[in-house]
Amino acid sequence: MIINSPPKFFFLDPNRCIGCQACVQACTECDTHKGHSMIHLEYVDRGASTQTTPVICMHCDSPTCAEVCPADAIKRTEDGVVQSARKPRCIACSNCVLACPFGVPKMHSGIELMMKCDMCYDRTSIGKSPMCAAVCPSQALFYSTAEEIARLRPRSTPINRFQFGGQTVHTKVLMMTPCDAAPDRLDITSALNEGRSRVAVEQTAPDVLLDNLYSVAPQ
Amino acid sequence: MAQQPVATLEIIRQFGPHLAFADGARLSCGVQPDRVVQTHCCFCGQQCGIQLKVKDNQVVGFEPWEQFPLNRGMLCPKGVKRYLQGSHPDRLTSAIVRDTAAPGGFRPAPYLAAIQQTAAAIQRIQSEHGAGAMAVLSGASLTNEKAYLMGKFARVCLRTPHIDYNGRLCMVSAAAGNKKAFGIDRAANPWADILGAEVVWISGANIAECAPITTSYVWQARENGAKIVVVDPRMTPLARTCDLFLPIKPGRDAVLFNGILHLMIENHWLDRSFIEQYTVGFDAVADSVRQWTPARTAEMTGIAERSIRQAAEWWGTAKTSFLLHARGIEHHSHGVQNVLGAINVVLASGRIGREFCGYATITGQGNGQGGREHGQKCDQLPGGRDLANPDHRAHAAQIWGIAPAELPPPGVDVYELFRKIDRGEIRGLLSICFNPLVSLPDSQFVQRMLEKLDFYVAIDFFLNETARFADIVLPGSLQEEDEGTVTQIEGRVIKINQAIDPPGDARQDWRIIQDIAQALGRSHGFTFNHPREIFDELRRASRGGIADYSGITYKKIDKQYGVFWPCPSDDHRGTPRLFEAGSWNPVAQGAGPFYFTDGKARFNVADVHPPAEDVDADYPLMLTTGRVVSQFLSGTQTRRIGPLVEQYPEPRVELHPQLAASLDIADGDWINVESRRGGSTLRAQVVRTIRPDTVFIPYHWPGLKSANRLTIAAQDPISKIPEYKVCAVRLQKAEGPPPYAAELKPQQ
Repeated sequence: MIINSPPKFFFLDPNRCIGCQACVQACTECDTHKGHSMIHLEYVDRGASTQTTPVICMHCDSPTCAEVCPADAIKRTEDGVVQSARKPRCIACSNCVLACPFGVPKMHSGIELMMKCDMCYDRTSIGKSPMCAAVCPSQALFYSTAEEIARLRPRSTPINRFQFGGQTVHTKVLMMTPCDAAPDRLDITSALNEGRSRVAVEQTAPDVLLDNLYSVAPQ
Repeated sequence: MAQQPVATLEIIRQFGPHLAFADGARLSCGVQPDRVVQTHCCFCGQQCGIQLKVKDNQVVGFEPWEQFPLNRGMLCPKGVKRYLQGSHPDRLTSAIVRDTAAPGGFRPAPYLAAIQQTAAAIQRIQSEHGAGAMAVLSGASLTNEKAYLMGKFARVCLRTPHIDYNGRLCMVSAAAGNKKAFGIDRAANPWADILGAEVVWISGANIAECAPITTSYVWQARENGAKIVVVDPRMTPLARTCDLFLPIKPGRDAVLFNGILHLMIENHWLDRSFIEQYTVGFDAVADSVRQWTPARTAEMTGIAERSIRQAAEWWGTAKTSFLLHARGIEHHSHGVQNVLGAINVVLASGRIGREFCGYATITGQGNGQGGREHGQKCDQLPGGRDLANPDHRAHAAQIWGIAPAELPPPGVDVYELFRKIDRGEIRGLLSICFNPLVSLPDSQFVQRMLEKLDFYVAIDFFLNETARFADIVLPGSLQEEDEGTVTQIEGRVIKINQAIDPPGDARQDWRIIQDIAQALGRSHGFTFNHPREIFDELRRASRGGIADYSGITYKKIDKQYGVFWPCPSDDHRGTPRLFEAGSWNPVAQGAGPFYFTDGKARFNVADVHPPAEDVDADYPLMLTTGRVVSQFLSGTQTRRIGPLVEQYPEPRVELHPQLAASLDIADGDWINVESRRGGSTLRAQVVRTIRPDTVFIPYHWPGLKSANRLTIAAQDPISKIPEYKVCAVRLQKAEGPPPYAAELKPQQ
């Protein structure tokens, strides 16, 4: 147990993701769920872009997956980590899979059990980094203190409040967003509430951007 | 005749590639390892630090090594899953000899009998056709100790000039360009210098897939305020978020660099004081780039003029900068010219030899750097010395206890070796850690040459595609089964530590080489008992040379997390950053920081030449080749690791939607790709991230899926690197899957 060390947080920065899947491969090496990956990689649109993002559990303060679970199988630890469903309770109904606004829980039909990222609880509870963050070669997944992230990522803002329709979700995992772009897209009301002047910036559509770049015709 | 003993599918059934997944102890939760060994990844030139968990003489997993300074625990998927190659079902655990009656065409043989048979064949060939009729193909993933031993073995034991290595396919254009400009061939800076650069310029380097942990440095520089400029025909994952992307036509890199220098001169974005004090040859280069106006540069490179001007302004006006390049500009029939163009813009800026001001090529292979410093390159002796230089020959001969006249003259590059087989000048071949049938261009020619050999012996731990043509295969060792040093991407010499013992009759490669020398009756100089003894001789052999390792010890490496060469004495800490003002080197002797007698760097005119094969009406598209992140080089190791194969199961042809629409091709369709050398039928991957006039195929697969059936054997006249990055092809939608689709599994 690490005594008196500053708390560490889990940061996710899709802007840095290179789609290498080191996180997916490393997750299968974590001792608590060896052989199964609790993380997956999303290609936003491979045809249009190399943009990818790892999908991990965001560890919500009030986890929707747990709230909709009829068997009360999904537990959140005192330090805010939402665990995989408990085997004796899980009835494999997939309510959690359908309800999670981030698309994280997966039903493993062979063993009738929902399994999800538990932030490598065997590691993080004793001060080690989660396996995926430890190996991530571009540091799109990053596990450290608030002070260090502020020092290392001055151009990025960590966000942990998300708006899904009428539902506001606060998470233990923080999403890194560019300071000069559109964090407000994640929570449109934050700028209003906090009196910030930034407005959402519509990014140039990828196909327009690429058409400009590749202005030559095939020979 | 070294033909395959049986049909390919029969060999594959016996020797693979088969897929290995975690099982047994490797899949157990909470397994307590017997020990954890701090070592390095077995793949690319970054050589990330990793801790291997060992239980019962088996590597069962890994733990991030967060103290190692380069990667601080970071790994790519190959590093994460590399442990699955130990105890792999395809592993060669005994010697095998050709036998058409045996399953797979080979039968196991007693190790010593195979060694004797090898020595007898070598003696027969050399007595009938001369010492030079035997050739050696070596590898840039070998440790420094093994690379040194291979060079010594070829020249002292076999007395043949014919040795070359697969680094010829990797970094030799950068090496040649670096020597012409700086007098030394090494990345000029530690990677930490990237972090404080105002501009990071990346040309022809798919860093996210080929050197993944380097992206962390680039993006940290960006967080610190750097502008990132990426030059590539494909919008790679790193290019996606760069500040300026220049989608260059393949083969036009020297034009771009000349155009940038033109704008730097026109706008007075030069460090005149640095140029005058530390360089020679600027005026001739300035004359040569006068013709490369922004408009002409734009026309030739296919890049918008405004982007070229923007890049030149950022580069020209920065206070600190770092330029990185890789195979994208080097794999060309004029790759050295491209490299010289890159170096010219660095020298003109004066931003080298200072903190956060740097230049480097990105090493592709595990020991691409050290592998070319210690004598397995056709024209080099240990310590980066020249085989053609009488003084250098005398130094090596003295270390080796022979007369200088006994040393063979410089040999030829690896492709010329195959042409010599064609002419009957080379009759026998020994290969180690090299799979030329997959990795050389125009692979059908390579196959015909293998079939012409009188005798071929391979040393490997899996039966790779080339070794299937061998008469004898000797069972070598995995990286984790031996000890030694490698020199990674920054020029840092690090230590590979042994984690497990080789299984069965498998031997450490250096022992196999010594066993052959002994069987030949030529064991003098080949009686080392441990890699440390080989390293000690290497240190003496390199003393006073440019690549001076004489002050590096295993102990110092462990203490300092590696030692940057040159390190010329026991009390020297090593040299992380080259060319610092006032630095001493053995060539300039205090006259200046660069490795010429006057201490000054050389500007070299970067001549512009078109690719050896340009597009025309019959073959209207440019093919470029490269890597995917889950596979490594010719795939001998990674095509056997199940989770890595699942990540990218087979090669696909990337093409732009405009091109796809004009040929009525949809994503996932089978398409025929043809060049003048051969053809291949592969699935299409329609993406907007590639130029519409260019297609891309990854090169890790063999046979009918091989990109190198298509590529051209044009070579750079100086470095002899092949032009993998551009040749002319045509595409056509196939009527359906090729016959092989039903027979060959994805990895084969």
